[in-house]
Amino acid sequence: MWRLSRGREPLQNCDNCAPVERSYRIPLPALAVASLVLVTTALALVFFVAPTDADQGFSQRIFYFHVSIAFTAYLCFGLGAWKALLHLWKRDPNADLESYVGIHQGVIFGSLVLLTGSIWARISWGHWWLWSENQLVLFLVLFLFYAAYFMLRFSVDAGPQRANLCAVYALFGVVLIPVSFLAIRLAQRFIHPIVFTRHGAAFGGWIMVTYLVSQAAMIVLAYTLYRVELSGKRLDARLRELRRAFA
Amino acid sequence: MTTAEKYVTAAYCVVFALVLLYVVIIALKLQRLEREVDAFATRTVPQPDEDEEREPAQVG
Repeated sequence: MWRLSRGREPLQNCDNCAPVERSYRIPLPALAVASLVLVTTALALVFFVAPTDADQGFSQRIFYFHVSIAFTAYLCFGLGAWKALLHLWKRDPNADLESYVGIHQGVIFGSLVLLTGSIWARISWGHWWLWSENQLVLFLVLFLFYAAYFMLRFSVDAGPQRANLCAVYALFGVVLIPVSFLAIRLAQRFIHPIVFTRHGAAFGGWIMVTYLVSQAAMIVLAYTLYRVELSGKRLDARLRELRRAFA
Repeated sequence: MTTAEKYVTAAYCVVFALVLLYVVIIALKLQRLEREVDAFATRTVPQPDEDEEREPAQVG
């Protein structure tokens, strides 16, 4: 079955469901510049403007990137699950690859959350890791669940079956996101700090500004890396298609 | 430099190093793709033959 795609996309054969170039409103170089400006501004705010926390001291400065990266990882996993749903629901030929790249970004940002969190735990708690903390363990479960996604993907031959299996797996994983986020609030005993309560954020002023800029920086950085990786993967897929056609 | 300052610096360096590593891996992959496209183009696009006689054309 042939269909006319949106925007710049060429005609494509949906039976093969080969990924094609999508048109985006924001060009990649503009995103890269925005990422650089935002990350630099965030670092300047973290180290030169934000006040030192009275309770935790200098180590609290890890929070700005640690929390921002954690939310970005959740967003990436959510994006991966959304694209997986689009693949199963609307049979969007781009959705499988986009879901895969979204989850890949989530795993990269997830590993950063675990690393920065461990460094913060070492300063504040005197331990690199505490198995008694629900928030930590549930985030690790979420991370390992999505890390196992790649084992599934690379153990099945490319094709519609692999795309369907991966989409179902990505959708199951999204259930763990609210569980991981709410674990700290549902736990009876906890030592992990809570910065977002039911009544809003537990901070304001320059701390809030620094956090918001850091959050924006991480989201834009993740989106830039997502687009770069997606372009590479699409180019790779198109080259493989061409090789097959000319073989 | 206090211990807390060392750990905070280490945390930000870890973030920077991991993102940099990712960018390097993607750059290497794009380089490989570029080489493959060049090799593919060399194989499929016919190269102009230098010995081939050109047909005379009227000028003016």
